Amino acid sequence: MTEPLSFELSRPAVDPPRLPDADVTGPSPSDVLPSEALRSRPPGLPRLSEPEIMRHYSRMASLNYSISENFYPLGSCTMKYNPVLNEAAAALPGFAGLHPYQDEDSVQGALELMWRLERALCAIVGVDRVTLQPAAGAHGEWTALRMIAAFHRSRKDDRTEVLVPDSAHGTNPASAALSGFHVVEVKSGADGRISLADLESKLSPHTAALMLTNPNTLGLFEREILDIAEMVHATGAMLYYDGANLNAFMGICRPGDMGFDAVHMNLHKTFTTPHGGGGPGAGPVGVKAELVPFLPAPTVERTNGHLVLDHKRPQSIGRVRSFYGNFGMLVRAYTYILAMGGDGLSQASQDAVLSANYLRKLVETDLEMPHAGPCMHEFVASAHNLHENGVRALDVAKALLDRQFYAPTVYFPLVVPEAIMVEPTETESKATLDSFAQAIKEIVAQARTDPQALHDEPKNLPVGRLDEVTAARRINAYLQGQSEDPVLRWKAPSANPPEEAC
Amino acid sequence: MLETLGVRSMNDLLVDIPQSLRLESLQLPNGLSEFETMAQVAALAGRNRVFADRLTFRGGGVYRRFIPAAVAAVTSKPEFYTAYTPYQAEASQGTLQAIFEYQTLIAELTGLDVSNASLYDGATAVAEAAMMAHVHNGRNEVLVSGYVHPEYVQVLRAFGDGRGIKVRKDGEPNKKTAAVIFQQPDFLGLLTDPRALTAAAHDVGALAIACVDPISLAILAPPGEYGADIAVGEGQQLGLAPSFGGPHVGFIACDKELVRKLPGRLVGTAHDAQGRRGFVLALAAREQHIRREKATSNICTNHSLCALAAAVYLTYMGPYGLRQVAEVSFKRAHNLAQRLAALPGWEPAFPERQFLNEFPVRVPKAPAVLRKLARKGILGGLDVSRWFRELKGVVTFTCTEVNDAGALDELVEALAS
Repeated sequence: MTEPLSFELSRPAVDPPRLPDADVTGPSPSDVLPSEALRSRPPGLPRLSEPEIMRHYSRMASLNYSISENFYPLGSCTMKYNPVLNEAAAALPGFAGLHPYQDEDSVQGALELMWRLERALCAIVGVDRVTLQPAAGAHGEWTALRMIAAFHRSRKDDRTEVLVPDSAHGTNPASAALSGFHVVEVKSGADGRISLADLESKLSPHTAALMLTNPNTLGLFEREILDIAEMVHATGAMLYYDGANLNAFMGICRPGDMGFDAVHMNLHKTFTTPHGGGGPGAGPVGVKAELVPFLPAPTVERTNGHLVLDHKRPQSIGRVRSFYGNFGMLVRAYTYILAMGGDGLSQASQDAVLSANYLRKLVETDLEMPHAGPCMHEFVASAHNLHENGVRALDVAKALLDRQFYAPTVYFPLVVPEAIMVEPTETESKATLDSFAQAIKEIVAQARTDPQALHDEPKNLPVGRLDEVTAARRINAYLQGQSEDPVLRWKAPSANPPEEAC
Repeated sequence: MLETLGVRSMNDLLVDIPQSLRLESLQLPNGLSEFETMAQVAALAGRNRVFADRLTFRGGGVYRRFIPAAVAAVTSKPEFYTAYTPYQAEASQGTLQAIFEYQTLIAELTGLDVSNASLYDGATAVAEAAMMAHVHNGRNEVLVSGYVHPEYVQVLRAFGDGRGIKVRKDGEPNKKTAAVIFQQPDFLGLLTDPRALTAAAHDVGALAIACVDPISLAILAPPGEYGADIAVGEGQQLGLAPSFGGPHVGFIACDKELVRKLPGRLVGTAHDAQGRRGFVLALAAREQHIRREKATSNICTNHSLCALAAAVYLTYMGPYGLRQVAEVSFKRAHNLAQRLAALPGWEPAFPERQFLNEFPVRVPKAPAVLRKLARKGILGGLDVSRWFRELKGVVTFTCTEVNDAGALDELVEALAS
């Protein structure tokens, strides 16, 4: 079952919704504006009644897998349950109705929330200050690198390179490059952890920072983190923490204590703000004292119990987003932290680690485990053992979809062939983990007996595997002017005349 | 579970963490019941002052608009808000199709070929567009023309710093200029001459980047009509609450020549073996998870749920509903502008310039006037002198369809008293 596009459902006979009249005297745009300033024909928006719109979107919603209905073990994405209380909190008129340019006196509650959230995040990751401005994890990474660049520049220290492990998220090298740095890759050793020898050989007086995730993307804790920090700091470089994997150790240890100077956090992973089908998220960055002068402006400051926005920060890297960040997401994350408390957050991380290790154990003989455990909050398996049957990680992923599970992250990290990266999170029951393991066992058994059946999956979803190669070819043809079909948007069949002029 | 793992305690699973790093506990209070949590959060919300929609005349990039109930009814469906970036297309067709419809709506509105799946906000959209121009023609300077939102320019500068791109305010474009960036209507609400600005950019081989108000496009010529290469803007007015500035949504659309340089996600159509149409993430080779340090941008996710809200809003309004909203706002703002100009000492700041529904007025003792309005429950206009020294005493007022005729009377009476 698929759903037509709103544009295909559109009916010219549908009246526009009833809206207020102006009820005052005044000109119309065409009375006062020159005709060349005006739109020549109305935009081609669809025309549907409200019941048609609601049915259209309800049908579309039913085509999605989501945490609300499915186990979603997408490695590195921390797809845990999003408490509905968070939504109620963010919708309070006292938050949702605030204009960002109201006087500070009239938004003391909002500033207080930001202040308290900052303090809580400082306590959780072990830093001195936090900026809440970045809108997403990648945005936070880039913000941190801008601060690190400003720090070195303030000391007239010309550092041009950022070191990134080969197992890192793609956003790390991209953020470094967009911050003006040359990216140098550091290799992982056979045990899946960063190679100290390779790190040693890459560190130089040109190194501005090492970007590291700990536990790394293989779900393994970098045991030698204290040595790594010492090596990095000895060269005058800074240590940056990619907070994608923060869910592994809240209350167990802190990046600040490990020696990290800048730490980004994903509120949409660890702190349960919903992923929204791909945003909005929030990517606050915590820093140690040395980097505080470079924080984006404004910061929230408290003086005599009164909260103010401090825009006068001469060494600041400037502003990375309009206003104060994704405030609605900050409300959700603060609500979650308040409800969980220090005890609840610690328990959450312990449960996440337990779930991952338990699930890893259940499937360790079905898939290859390229690295020894224990793991932290996620593990990376490999479908390389199914290669002889012609079955790949992608086939396993699609077969899981047919069994009502969202698929783990596949083909990442790049250092593991046929990678299947599983992050169960603490909010899943043992029964769910057991049933997922059972599905993996069935799929692996099927790979041995009937691999073709796996190539044909998914069969139970609205569409089967989509031919992305042909789609890319069609896009190329459009972009090169060889085709009228834009592929990236709907376009009215040319038989339909355009709507009448304004 | 520990038994299955053959370990005695959690500590056996945490052996890789050096003992010196282990914490006893977090320095945070213990957890609360739902009831207590909500009481505390609601107490914070209660310490904020919320002005009635109808008595809010402040804009400056965030506006009060009528939001149809359909928007929240759709965005609060957990199938949408608890899903993630649609990596597995077959199990994410709802999100993918919604983004595809959003892309088409933005392309229609801006009159350009292709829109991406959304960006964080208007400010980062401006910055990303400038980066596209820099990559496209290899030039290292962007020219910001006129009163572009000051915070957008600040974000542009921060982005530019990282890539060695200079941001110049005003003056003429030249052969070093990667792009001319202008806002229509500008930050003060005034109409610029986008045709002339676009032509000036093209004359020196620069791109024209139009930062536009989406509702205005129901009335004004869209960027595609006057030849701008990239259109960007803030989509908050399309069904999103002010929320103290976010989350909102940035949009970006461009000419097809520039599509390969677009940042962020793009959704396109594809077909399965049975010939059924579906939707997939397209042109991923531009993106960070494939290209790493050579990606067009580091953006990973977008603001999907906000883009969904915008799509529902635009579909609900349709072409004529949107025009009605824009025209009502226009008429009321012009009515108000005339009445404010009649107040003693008040005068239009730029009487020769046209506007839509936001306009600058020179106000005697502006801070005191705004404080007086606040005491009467009215969120008056925005004092823009905090950003522009030359605009001392200039306040921009905004009217939309939520400021009814009675609200306009209340504002004028409060000012006259």
